[in-house]
Amino acid sequence: MLKIKNLKAGIEDNQILKGINLEVNAGEVHAIMGPNGSGKSTLASVIAGKEEYEVVEGNIDFEDDDILELSPEERAQKGVFLSFQYPVEIPGISVSNFIKTSISEQRKATGMKPMSTKDLLKMMRDKMELLNIKSGYLSRNMNEGFSGGEKKRNEVFQMAMLNPKLSILDETDSGLDIDALRIVANGVNKLKNKNNATIVITHYQRLLDYIVPDFVHVLHNGRIIKSGGKELALELEEKGYDWITKEADKKWD
Amino acid sequence: MSDKKKRSEDELLEKVTSTEYKYGFTTDIESDTIPKGLSEEVVRIISAKKNEPSWMLEYRLNAYKAWLEMEEPNWANVNYKKPDYQDVIYYSAPKQKPVLDSLDDLDPEMKNTFDKLGISLEEQKKLANVAVDIVMDSVSVATSFKETLSEKGIIFCSISDAIQEHPKLVKKYLGSVVPTRDNFFSALNSAVFSDGSFCYIPKGVKCPMELSTYFRINEAGTGQFERTLLIADEGSQVSYLEGCTAPMRDENQLHAAVVELVAMDDADIKYSTVQNWYPGNDEGVGGVFNFVTKRGICYKNAKISWTQVETGSAVTWKYPSCILKGDNSIGEFFSVAVTNNFQQADTGTKMIHLGKNTKSTIIAKGISAGKSNGNYRGLVRISKGATNSRNFSQCDSLLMGDKCGSHTFPYIEVKNNSSKIEHEATTSKIGEDQLFYCNQRGIGTEQAIALIVNGYCKDVLNQLPMEFAVEAQKLLEISLEGSVG
Repeated sequence: MLKIKNLKAGIEDNQILKGINLEVNAGEVHAIMGPNGSGKSTLASVIAGKEEYEVVEGNIDFEDDDILELSPEERAQKGVFLSFQYPVEIPGISVSNFIKTSISEQRKATGMKPMSTKDLLKMMRDKMELLNIKSGYLSRNMNEGFSGGEKKRNEVFQMAMLNPKLSILDETDSGLDIDALRIVANGVNKLKNKNNATIVITHYQRLLDYIVPDFVHVLHNGRIIKSGGKELALELEEKGYDWITKEADKKWD
Repeated sequence: MSDKKKRSEDELLEKVTSTEYKYGFTTDIESDTIPKGLSEEVVRIISAKKNEPSWMLEYRLNAYKAWLEMEEPNWANVNYKKPDYQDVIYYSAPKQKPVLDSLDDLDPEMKNTFDKLGISLEEQKKLANVAVDIVMDSVSVATSFKETLSEKGIIFCSISDAIQEHPKLVKKYLGSVVPTRDNFFSALNSAVFSDGSFCYIPKGVKCPMELSTYFRINEAGTGQFERTLLIADEGSQVSYLEGCTAPMRDENQLHAAVVELVAMDDADIKYSTVQNWYPGNDEGVGGVFNFVTKRGICYKNAKISWTQVETGSAVTWKYPSCILKGDNSIGEFFSVAVTNNFQQADTGTKMIHLGKNTKSTIIAKGISAGKSNGNYRGLVRISKGATNSRNFSQCDSLLMGDKCGSHTFPYIEVKNNSSKIEHEATTSKIGEDQLFYCNQRGIGTEQAIALIVNGYCKDVLNQLPMEFAVEAQKLLEISLEGSVG
């Protein structure tokens, strides 16, 4: 589904990603872990197409198409979803209005007919139930006055509504208490199937207790320095990052 | 179809056809225009051409004399070359737009805008002045409207007709809210106004429909110096729509309208405006100067609510105001003012609290894009006798790009210490983060801007009558197209 080859990117002269290689197939869950400043969020932003980042080398193929030249909205329309670390407020626009606009734009782009209001509302109710969201939420303004937990849940709610092929969860666990974390993780697990893929970006192992990855990658200083199965996450939790980052630093210096 | 209805339809048809005929074929033997410039003679000619009674001529002459002694105000935060008032033609017969054979002859850019606004084909023809078709539907709609109104005793006609047919009412109220000497432009308007609307709602009558100038049959385009007088008698209610979302082009650069509202005891007036005069081209050349005086007076328990969506004009100078004279009266002002390219706007409101327990609310939303400059200027005055009066003001500005400007000038004068005043103001920019967030959800940048702007203006757009609100929303989208690169 997603193939990243030798990806080098950064902002202005500051190179942040220094040659990322990653392959994600349908049905898989990948965790990307690493210390602060290792480039995790940059990787998420570059895949989603945030314009302030400049790609200097390498490529990103999504379902065998090169997506580097595509705008963020075109990537989203192809099925790439980013759950933001810091979801943005849009005052005056209700959650339902925003999601309706988002779905209709995506359907338009893929040549599908608009969804009827009735079907849309039914789908919203179903997904709200799935994520344990109380009624009244749909008429609130996008992320305005939301608590940290509500914002993250709103991200996963949009993911449920848009049904993307690839979901990238950027630090979805940050700012969540344990109950909220469980609800959000449960939601993500329920949305998982053999046709979609998930990339979970996290600093801590905690989230991975709930969303169990098939692969774990350690990102450090713009490179994936170690990949393994879910046991790697546990090892990191126990020993910290130092033992592999030191080794890697020796190799690249 | 009843005979009565049939007859009035025939009459209308005849009226419409004869009008087309007049515009399309013959030239009046009588000269349609008078020489340039303003003098006592010109004022007399205007009054004579309109066959006005002597009191009206006197009113105009007094206004002209007052105007001579006044100076054009320059306190507004706008820059423009002051018009040469001796280089303006102050009277011309109803404007003759070129008559088109079909919509295919319409300027494609204009047609495009009509389509985007979702204006019906029939309405497009009317706006673009397409000949031949007389649309049965809209004629009969208008006929039944007229019938419904007259059954309730509501008078809704041009101010010229009102001067002839309802002189008592006009004489009593004209200039009662905006005195001739109020300001430079109101004096000018009082001396030379060409036409406008008149509306009277009798005691206790709730106007059964929204009144819009669109349904005033035979209305010949908005005049350069428009005059509107609206009187809501005791306990009556009316909602009035002015303007049009369709772009209005006009070769007359200077526009100075006066609108007066009178809300008697317990009356309720809602006045909504969508203004989309030609703003000039991308370089700021051409465009209409719009200097408007709008004011309403509220007697006991009365309410006046102004809602405006301002997207047009090169220069806008406009402060719809409320004089809260009666106890417990309420004034409201809801405004969205968009400036793009080189547009300049200085707009806001005045709330003058005179009566006890009077309340006012001001919600002003400015949006500046391109190299434009948007200003909010507002006055809240609480006079000595206005015990327990309250005001809430919220003035927000939204900036798009880094070459535009926005300023807020709130004036507050309080002479009664039992009153309460709140003022909130914010300035924000459409952030890259907001746009990227929308983009990531599959929403393109133009659409994202429209979404964000609509959210920002929601409190004001919600005040507009439903259909108008939808059109206004689309108008905002169009006005800001291409404003973020």
